Amino acid sequence: MTGLGSLVRLALRRDRLLLAVWVVGLVGITLSTASTVGELYGSPESRQQLGATAGSNPAFLAMLGPLHDASTTGGVLAWRWGVFGALLVGLMCMFLVTRHTRAEEETGRLELIGSAVVARHAPLAAAVVVALSASTVIGLLVALGLTGLGESASGSFALGLAFASVGWVFTGVGAVGAQLSESARTANSISGAVLGVAYLLRAVGDAAGDEGPTWLTWLSPLGWLEQTRAFAGDRFWVLLLPVALFAVLVVAASVLVAKRDLGGGLVPTRLGPARAPRSLGSAFGLAWRLQRGMLIGWTLSLFVLGAVYGSVARGVEQMLEANPALQKIIAQMGGAGAIVDVYLASIVGIIALFSAIYVVQSTLRLRTEETEFRAEPVLATPVSRFAWVGSHVLFATVGTAVVLAAAGLGAGLVHGVRVGDVGGQVARLVGAALTHVPAVWVVAGLALALFALVPKLASASWAVIVVFLVLGQLGPLLQLDQWAMDLSPFTHIPKVPGADVTAAPLLWLTLVAAALTALGFAAFRRRDVG
Amino acid sequence: MTAAISVSGLVKTFGPTRALDGLDLAVREGEVHGFLGPNGSGKSTTIRVLLGLLRADAGSASLLGGDPWRDTAELHRRLAYVPGDVSLWPNLTGGEVIDLLGRLRGGLNEKRRAELLERFELDPRKKGRTYSKGNRQKVALVAALASDVELLILDEPTSGLDPLMEAVFQEAVNELRGERTVLLSSHILAEVEALCDRVSIIRNGRTVETGTLADLRHLTRTSVSAELVGAPSGLAGLPGVHDLAVEGNRVRFEVDTDHLDTALRALVGSGVRALTSQPPTLEELFLRHYEDELPAGATEGAMSS
Repeated sequence: MTGLGSLVRLALRRDRLLLAVWVVGLVGITLSTASTVGELYGSPESRQQLGATAGSNPAFLAMLGPLHDASTTGGVLAWRWGVFGALLVGLMCMFLVTRHTRAEEETGRLELIGSAVVARHAPLAAAVVVALSASTVIGLLVALGLTGLGESASGSFALGLAFASVGWVFTGVGAVGAQLSESARTANSISGAVLGVAYLLRAVGDAAGDEGPTWLTWLSPLGWLEQTRAFAGDRFWVLLLPVALFAVLVVAASVLVAKRDLGGGLVPTRLGPARAPRSLGSAFGLAWRLQRGMLIGWTLSLFVLGAVYGSVARGVEQMLEANPALQKIIAQMGGAGAIVDVYLASIVGIIALFSAIYVVQSTLRLRTEETEFRAEPVLATPVSRFAWVGSHVLFATVGTAVVLAAAGLGAGLVHGVRVGDVGGQVARLVGAALTHVPAVWVVAGLALALFALVPKLASASWAVIVVFLVLGQLGPLLQLDQWAMDLSPFTHIPKVPGADVTAAPLLWLTLVAAALTALGFAAFRRRDVG
Repeated sequence: MTAAISVSGLVKTFGPTRALDGLDLAVREGEVHGFLGPNGSGKSTTIRVLLGLLRADAGSASLLGGDPWRDTAELHRRLAYVPGDVSLWPNLTGGEVIDLLGRLRGGLNEKRRAELLERFELDPRKKGRTYSKGNRQKVALVAALASDVELLILDEPTSGLDPLMEAVFQEAVNELRGERTVLLSSHILAEVEALCDRVSIIRNGRTVETGTLADLRHLTRTSVSAELVGAPSGLAGLPGVHDLAVEGNRVRFEVDTDHLDTALRALVGSGVRALTSQPPTLEELFLRHYEDELPAGATEGAMSS
């Protein structure tokens, strides 16, 4: 294919830092998690205990998937980190493909390349080659690293290749998504939605219990990772499924490339209104137009996620009812209600991290507007810088509460119906979700301050979320010092529902968020735009 | 007349690059002022400083009697701006953008909006991402020209327009002459010649020439070619005559505009059969200031309007 080689080299040159961060980061987290799992669950007895409790707990099943075999460190690692690690590999591949196909096309750079001597399919093929190689390298390094740590080679390669295979599938998903829409943002949303559905399908399937629809797990590429059963039988044949799906998706994408014009999507853009609605006449009206799709999408998604997580909570209680011995132990610790609350508190914590993604997206909209030269014409009107920034910050701030309340509502409704107390559970879970608002505001404040002070590094806000995610989810496992854990605002939020809520940490976080936001406003007032 | 824009000694650096290096600019109220310079000479940077988007490192700038950095919002009520590279929101239609920008500025002249859409042959129902470069520029132009403001700041507003639309643009600006002050940055010399009352030429962030076109013409030469009755005489020694070429009874030369009269008298002395004289074009003016940036010999006919 003409031009493929040079396009691949161009992509590698542009992304050398980005790719290095992804590869080193993902492999590093996986291997360090493996070694701490080895330390924490060093004895066979401790692993057996973990297998007996966590592996059959529907809450953990929904969040992390089944623990097939707790007898080795590798088996525990595959359960604890498998789905999340694969989720990140999938995200990486999907972003990479969009970045080198639709995003390039949208900016018009691909036109420049398309006019040079390259085959029609070359840009897509180059993006696929880059994403495919990146995920495969991650898979192989994980496999070699785990083998080096003394795990069984077969299991290590099963887990490594399963990681890579999720990357392959989402390389394909990204390739198709990039053909469907005319904007990179929408393309990423399409692929992101597929990733979300893949996670939810396996969550429902895994937690369904023996009589439930366990087959749902088989519909999800993330479910295939679980079914590969790394360190618990190593069913390499399951990996044929992602390979086949990858092939189908790439063929579909290349057929679509041949069918459409450069710059066009599959669905032609229709004509719109010749006049602006009354609402579109102020900085706020413009921000509403630009932000509403994202806000509505996140509100619905988190509502569904909350409902799915909430549907599992009752199962936690049922599991206890079926096991009198365990019930006795738990009763000593505070009763079954307390265990359900621990579960609900942990899902609310995860949902809060998701809402942090929303808040960064929403805040960084400012940077996109600036780099795409759309801020300039607006700031050349009587709209002040304060009003322009404020109109978007308002969405980040209020939107945080909206998406979190939606998640709490989803969880509360479903759990409430199952335990026969809708009003009470909705109030409790909406309240619990809203308790996290100050921590998410801190993330929003950080993103705004970065945008105002060092605009070129505004996208480092994403790294901030990853750091908070690792601190919160893996911090205890990695046995980090308390001061390190305290860096994350989420550490300071009481574990609600269940824990007592004290106002002090919430007030402090709100103050920190307010200070960061004020800093952002002040710094943006003083800096150059464009 | 009072000054709509007055800038002196403006300096703006981006890291090691000195984008503006002591730039001066004076635009009088009610005039159409041409702002000429090659790519990268600092035109857009100057405009961004005037719009309060960039903060100057040194020098002073005043816009409509106010400070562009301090009094941003009040000043922006009184001006409309067309950026050089118009970027629209992908999912807003052209009509929506025109209304939005107009409303942000405090309202549009509805009649002019409709009339301009028609003259520019712009379909306001298309989404931002589907417009070509020229059509994106038209969206911004309609929004600016239909606004009731005192000052129009136009940064290379016609670089994407075809010649027909360029004519529509010139017509529209001519209709506003006297009612609005216009700062027109451009490197299309014919446009500047057709529209501008006064011109400032900048280079490497400094103003190298400023004045009316007539003023500037005095600084340059008229080219003359003539067919004479007899052999030409008395031209060679005249002050201000350059590049004299004689072929039998034909003569070609260039003459400093100040010495045009003496040179013509000398021609008449030999009896004139045919005469063509070309007034100095802005190209020549422009090229004179940029000559040393162009390779030798490239000056002649290197630019066409």
